[in-house]
Amino acid sequence: MDRHDRVALAALLLPAATVFVAFFLIPLARLFAIGGSGPRGWSAYAAVLVEPRYLWSLVSTVALATATTVATLAVSGVSGVFLVRHRFPGRDLLVAMLTLPLAFPGVVIGFMVIMLGGRQGAVPEITDALFGERWVFAYSMVGLFVGYLYFSIPRTILTVMAAAEKIDPRIEEAARSLGAGPLRRVRDVIVPALRPALFAAGAICFATAMGAFGTAFTLATKINVLPMVIYTEFTLQANVAMAAALSFVLGAITWAVLAAARSASGSTVAAAG
Amino acid sequence: MRPRRSAAFWALLAFTLAVCAFLVVPVAMSMLAGMTRNYFVGWRSGLTLDWVLKVWTDYRHTVGLSLQIAIACLACTLVLGVPAAYVLARRSNAFTRAVEELLVMPVAVPGLATALALIVTFGGWGDLRRSWLFILIGHVLFTLPFMVRSVLAVMASIDLRTLEEGARSLGAGFAQRFFGIVLPNCRPGIVAGSLMVVTLSLGEFNMTLLLHTPLTPTLPVGLADAYASLRIEVGSAYTLVFFVIVVPLLVALQRASRPRGRGAAR
Repeated sequence: MDRHDRVALAALLLPAATVFVAFFLIPLARLFAIGGSGPRGWSAYAAVLVEPRYLWSLVSTVALATATTVATLAVSGVSGVFLVRHRFPGRDLLVAMLTLPLAFPGVVIGFMVIMLGGRQGAVPEITDALFGERWVFAYSMVGLFVGYLYFSIPRTILTVMAAAEKIDPRIEEAARSLGAGPLRRVRDVIVPALRPALFAAGAICFATAMGAFGTAFTLATKINVLPMVIYTEFTLQANVAMAAALSFVLGAITWAVLAAARSASGSTVAAAG
Repeated sequence: MRPRRSAAFWALLAFTLAVCAFLVVPVAMSMLAGMTRNYFVGWRSGLTLDWVLKVWTDYRHTVGLSLQIAIACLACTLVLGVPAAYVLARRSNAFTRAVEELLVMPVAVPGLATALALIVTFGGWGDLRRSWLFILIGHVLFTLPFMVRSVLAVMASIDLRTLEEGARSLGAGFAQRFFGIVLPNCRPGIVAGSLMVVTLSLGEFNMTLLLHTPLTPTLPVGLADAYASLRIEVGSAYTLVFFVIVVPLLVALQRASRPRGRGAAR
């Protein structure tokens, strides 16, 4: 690589770097400073852990994100491996339908949850017919959980399928001939082989459930998750410093989880789709 | 695969079909609701396109603005992202790895935080706050990593160095190699990245809710407004309009990202 090339490469990276520094790094640094400039000073950053109201919403946000991640991985893992292992008529259509909601925005997903579990939704209609009782779950934490599940399943199934296709069938064959039953083969062969993909996809699920807020915004403003608290602090209370401090803490946790998952899975996975 | 259909097969198929129903039934329901005269009565009240027409007259401007932002966003990410991906593909050292890590941050950091940061920094800059360009900045930050990663993935799968070495030995300059060799070879990555960017920009809400003003409502902002304040038929019809725009993009995205390795087998 000669000198001329080096200059040209630097020039190619420059525009993206400039935009990134000017519109992302500098604003974030400013936000950080503002977070410490409110009436509480720098202790605003500790408020999320000290003040029960904020701590409670942080705990419920993390709990929701964890539950979403576990449920998504279980459902997508089972369906993804199944779809890779078996060929049957209509399989391609099924895959296409399972990945259709990929990249639906959070607000639309909120509306899909209302369609399922809202006041005039499908599930209340069915339970009304079966048990004479309407199960309306959309406008609560359960609705949000269902929404994030809806959001995360399509992309996770794609990741699992891509990874499951690379599993060498001979390893499982060997395990079978050594007398391993189906459950042991899942535990000792399939799950370890899918580990990096599950970590990668799980990190994205978790990050989405932590930071997204379109779904919560559509379902109910009363749901007490951290993004909603930040939005309320900013718009209704006009408490910019507290909103800044809270969103910084939220961003730091999310980023740390992504980084941890990346080092655990041993590859640069980050946000794939 | 052997056509051995055990009980486990049928159980897993039923499970997968149930997952599929979970994902598709609400989409079908909302599409139907958008065309039903009175959703409370049910489809017996008759089918109509009145709601869709009402949405189109009331919210047409949000569709226009979202398309405008998405196209501008695509142009920006192409100009910024493709060259950046090329640099990251050519040089692999601690610095480029750090750059790669940093570039992903706007996806990891919640959109709310990024939007707040932009508002506190640039909110007072002349008319920028009231302009659609303010939303565009947020969308470019959020979508740029997807363009870079998509192009980078294709670049990593082809032997750029050898191709470029060949071109260089024939006397091709830097620009000639970049436009003549590099860009045509990463076409699949650029196409997939572009579809991703447009789809994400059209649906972006986390940042846009804070970045927009009453003068610049985008499609998802209009959707949230309709869901919150209008009857369910209008919300459904609006969603239907959104699907008509986005689903072709999603199908194209699925097509573009499926057949891998065409760039390598040249």
